[in-house]
Amino acid sequence: MSRDRQPLAETVVQDKTVFMIRREHRLISLIFILGLFGVWELIARLGLVSPLFLPAPSAILVTGYKMVLSGEIFHHIGASLWRIFWGFSCAVIIGTFVGILLGFFSVAESIGNPIIASTYPIPKIAILPLLILWLGIGEYSKITVIGLGVFFPMVINVYTGVRNADPVLIKAAISLGSNPQRIIRKVILPSALPMIFAGLKLGIGIALLLVVAAEMIAADAGIGFLILTSADLMQTTKLMFGISILSMLGLIFSWLIDRLEKLCIPWKK
Amino acid sequence: MRVVIENISKTFEDGTGEHIEALRDINLSNEENEFLVVVGPSGCGKSTLLNIVAGLLPATSGKVVFEGIPDESRPHTAVVFQEFALFPWRTVERNVVYGPEERGLPRKDRQKIVRYYIDLVGLTGFEKKYPHQLSGGMKQRVSIARALANDPWLLLMDEPFSALDAQTRTIMQGELSQIYEKTQKSVLYITHNIQEAVFLGDRVAVLSRRPGRVERIIPIDLPRPRQEHIMLEPRFLSYVDQIWQHIRGQAMEALTEEKP
Repeated sequence: MSRDRQPLAETVVQDKTVFMIRREHRLISLIFILGLFGVWELIARLGLVSPLFLPAPSAILVTGYKMVLSGEIFHHIGASLWRIFWGFSCAVIIGTFVGILLGFFSVAESIGNPIIASTYPIPKIAILPLLILWLGIGEYSKITVIGLGVFFPMVINVYTGVRNADPVLIKAAISLGSNPQRIIRKVILPSALPMIFAGLKLGIGIALLLVVAAEMIAADAGIGFLILTSADLMQTTKLMFGISILSMLGLIFSWLIDRLEKLCIPWKK
Repeated sequence: MRVVIENISKTFEDGTGEHIEALRDINLSNEENEFLVVVGPSGCGKSTLLNIVAGLLPATSGKVVFEGIPDESRPHTAVVFQEFALFPWRTVERNVVYGPEERGLPRKDRQKIVRYYIDLVGLTGFEKKYPHQLSGGMKQRVSIARALANDPWLLLMDEPFSALDAQTRTIMQGELSQIYEKTQKSVLYITHNIQEAVFLGDRVAVLSRRPGRVERIIPIDLPRPRQEHIMLEPRFLSYVDQIWQHIRGQAMEALTEEKP
C-alpha cells in the first residue's frame, strides 16, 4: 500500500425508507379545518351564496344555541336516542345469542345460514312500510327496523368470531376438564369478543342511519324529523344544525364503544 | 397407576376420500412415575397418539386404559401443547387456576395450588401478566404450571419446546427435568428431538414413519438428577447415536416425500 495514495471517495449509506415514515400533523389538521370554516363564513358574509342555501357557520351556531336554550334540540335528540337504544340493545343481545348458536351448533347453522343469507341483502328501510302495517306507525316499527339493521352485522360477526375460535384453546379447555357449556362461556365467548365489538361498531353506524331514515318517513320528533321539517320550511340553519348533531352522535358512539372495548379486552395488544 | 396403550390404530380420511394410516398397532405402557418419551420422524403420528391418550381424538381401533386409579376425583390427563394454548384473556394466575376452577375446588385450595405451581415453574412476580406480555419460554412455563395444577395422573406433553429457540429450549429441558424429579409425575412426552428424548426420558419409544409403529423401546440408564452437562458424556451420546441410526433412514424418506 503506497503511503501517498489519493483519498478514497466516500459514499455514506442513506436511509431509503424515509418517505415511509408517517408523522402526525395535528397542527395542519387544525389549521385546515379552521381555514375551511373561515372560507365558508366569508362566502356567506359576502353574500356570494344566498343564506337560504348556505348559511354561515356562525348563523348555524346561533340557531343551535337557541335550540339548546329552548330545549327543542333535546326533545329531538332524546326521541332518536331512545329509539336507537332499544333497537340497538335488543339486536345486540339477540344477535350475539343467535350468532353463538349458529357458530356452535351445526343444526342451527344449517337452519339459520340460508335464512340470514337471503334476508341480509334486503335494505332494511324497505321493510319499514311492512313493519308499520304490522306494528303501527308508533315507536315499535321504528325500533324494529333499527333492530333488524343492527341484528345482521351482529349475527354475522359473532358467528365468524365463534367459528374462528382457536381449536387448540378448546382442546386445552377440554383437557382441563371443561364441559361444552363451560367451553362456550369460558373459551368461545371471550375468543369472539373482538368480533363482537367489530359488530357493535358496524351496528351503531347502521342504527344512526336507520333512525334518521325511519324518522323521515313517519315521526313527530327526532333528528330525522327535525332535518326533514326544517328543509320543508326552508330553515336551513336548523337543518344544518341537525346534521351536525348527527355527526357528533356518531363520534360519541364510536368513542364510547372504543372505550368499552379497551375495558372489556384488556389483553388486546 | 399404570397407563396401557393397547393395539391403538388410527386411520384418517383426507379430503379426497383417501385413507391415511397414521398409527398401526401401538402397544405401550406408561408405568407410575415414569417419564416415557415417544420420538419419531415427522409424520409418524406421534401427536396423534398423544391426542388419543388425552381423549381429544378417537382411535380407529384399540384402547387406552388407566389401571389402578382408586377414585375419579383427579383428572386422567392434562396436556401441554406445542402452541402453549394459553387463554389470552386470562392472566398467568388465572390461566393456572383454570383446571382447579373447573374441578370446583374451594377458593382457598385453589389459591394455594396456584401459588405452589407458579413458584415451581419460576413465575413468581408474573402472576398478573397476560400471555402476550411473556416470552415463549415463560408462556410454556405457564402452560406446564396450568397442566400440573390440575393434578393429572398422567402429564401429556406434545413437543412442548419445539416453538422455542435453541437456548431457551436447553434451559427449559433442564427445568422440566427438575420439575419431574420434584413432582414424580407420570409423563408421556412427544418429541422429534433425539437429544431431548434421551435427556428427559426414563424410556424412549422410537416410532417408525407412517404408519407409525413402535420400532424399539430403549431404556435410558442415566442417573438422576440430570443436568445439562450430561449431554456431553459418552453414554448419553451413544444413546443418541443408537436412536439416530433407527430414525435416520426414515427421516431421509420424510424429507424427500411430498406432503400428503
